Amino acid sequence: MKSIINYLKEVICGVWSLLKGMAVTGKYFFSPGQIVTQKYPNNRKSLVMMERFKGEVIMPHNEKNEHKCTGCGICEINCPNGSIEVISKMITTDDGKKKKAIDKHIYRLGMCTFCALCVKNCPSDALAFGQEFEHAVFNRALLIKVLNKPGSQLMKGVE
Amino acid sequence: MEEEVKQTGINEQEEYIINMGPQHPSTHGVLRLVLSLKGEVVKNVEPHLGYIHRGIEKMCESITYQQIIHLTDRMDYLSAHINNEAVCLNVEKALEVEIPDRIKIIRTIMSELTRIQSHQLFWASFGMDLGGLTCFFYGLRDREKVLDIFEETCGSRMIVSYNCPGGLMYDIHPNFQKRVKEFLKYFRKKLPEYDQLLTGNVIFRERTVGIGKLSLEDAISYGVTGPSGRASGFSCDVRKHEPYSAYDRVRFNEILFTEGDTFHRYFARIQEMKESMNIIDQLIDNIPEGPYAVKMKPVIKLPEGEYFQRVETARGELGVYIISDGNKNPVRVKFRSPNFVNLGVLNHIARDFKIADLVAIGGSLDMIIPDIDR
Repeated sequence: MKSIINYLKEVICGVWSLLKGMAVTGKYFFSPGQIVTQKYPNNRKSLVMMERFKGEVIMPHNEKNEHKCTGCGICEINCPNGSIEVISKMITTDDGKKKKAIDKHIYRLGMCTFCALCVKNCPSDALAFGQEFEHAVFNRALLIKVLNKPGSQLMKGVE
Repeated sequence: MEEEVKQTGINEQEEYIINMGPQHPSTHGVLRLVLSLKGEVVKNVEPHLGYIHRGIEKMCESITYQQIIHLTDRMDYLSAHINNEAVCLNVEKALEVEIPDRIKIIRTIMSELTRIQSHQLFWASFGMDLGGLTCFFYGLRDREKVLDIFEETCGSRMIVSYNCPGGLMYDIHPNFQKRVKEFLKYFRKKLPEYDQLLTGNVIFRERTVGIGKLSLEDAISYGVTGPSGRASGFSCDVRKHEPYSAYDRVRFNEILFTEGDTFHRYFARIQEMKESMNIIDQLIDNIPEGPYAVKMKPVIKLPEGEYFQRVETARGELGVYIISDGNKNPVRVKFRSPNFVNLGVLNHIARDFKIADLVAIGGSLDMIIPDIDR
């Protein structure tokens, strides 16, 4: 007799525990507004990323096509996996002096681990993080980027 | 003739060998378990490692101490912040740098947030391993709130790289405190749902209670730490026994059970989430003003010697051992990772249970494969 009562007790408790779980799922089933998911590919235009989001390394240029990179190579030294390469050249300034400037600032996005050491250690704040996050491409060579725009110059006042 | 067959160990009569993994949904990564079975009953489990070995320890020998941080993120990616902290604390201890309270408290809050999101994902994936897909969605829904806090302050969601030797990479975001408080308020309401949905469920209990028992003696001799060890009664919380950062100024309980079965390994994690929330509650209003990083030399050179620091990650005790010869690169770095040690006990506790129980036991150990292989 006792075993039958225990058995029935177990069955009822088991069913009750299932119903309790079902109550939680049922609650969300009938109030779909509580679970908020983003309709991602459709909301691209209105999607705003967090301001510190580390999407990719960029070099901000002003409206006169000037950047702040002096070509010192500190970012290249700090990068742990060699995804930055700074190629510099010698130029003559307006007053006839010879000066070092960047030719190409190469950034390999495919190797970057977003440790932020280059951006943090840049003495002239020439690098920053961009908000772009859709990096998928069909050709691996497209992941090698040149950060300084063609024809760009060093901003005046940056040493 | 029959006698001879029996003596060959793993190829014993009526036992057959089957591969579970490297690609198996319940191993959460590329872990290959070679099982020898008698019918449905597991007789021996032999883990084969190395499928995701990247040589992190060797790579550490050729880079500077600031650069090591971003590699430790990629060991136990669910407690990335705590791994970073371990290396930072070790370097700071070696250089005898005094760390201001602000940094200590922010680090502690971040570590506890990391622990919460890790346990949330554990709950989600453990429920899914045992056939409750709803858990996976609900767990990830709540985890998203923590990841948003990380994204706002650190810039990344999971692999944060927020620590650096001497402090933090950036200051906390102005919204940080507000968002954390909002999250705590939100999650306190949602946590009872976890119990309602899974903990009390009769099918879940049938599959976990009494399965894979680990005794206290075995837990100590195998070195099982973290919630898995504490479920067996092994008091091994580094936060309690050897407080680092701001853990010496907060009050919290070490979650201890004596049963040591799969259910209590699961339940210890649910309880730890509550404790983590209590810790954050005590600290979030008391962040003092001050700098977010101590000024360090651009090239850090540790004095010659050996340094060791251990911290409590979401899965157990992580030890970082650095040998330095006075140069900017370490001579040898060794990580005592909790998952590798916890995996060792799998054969012991899963023996004589069925394959379906092995999934539950493996899930309850909460293994992260990149941390096992490094």
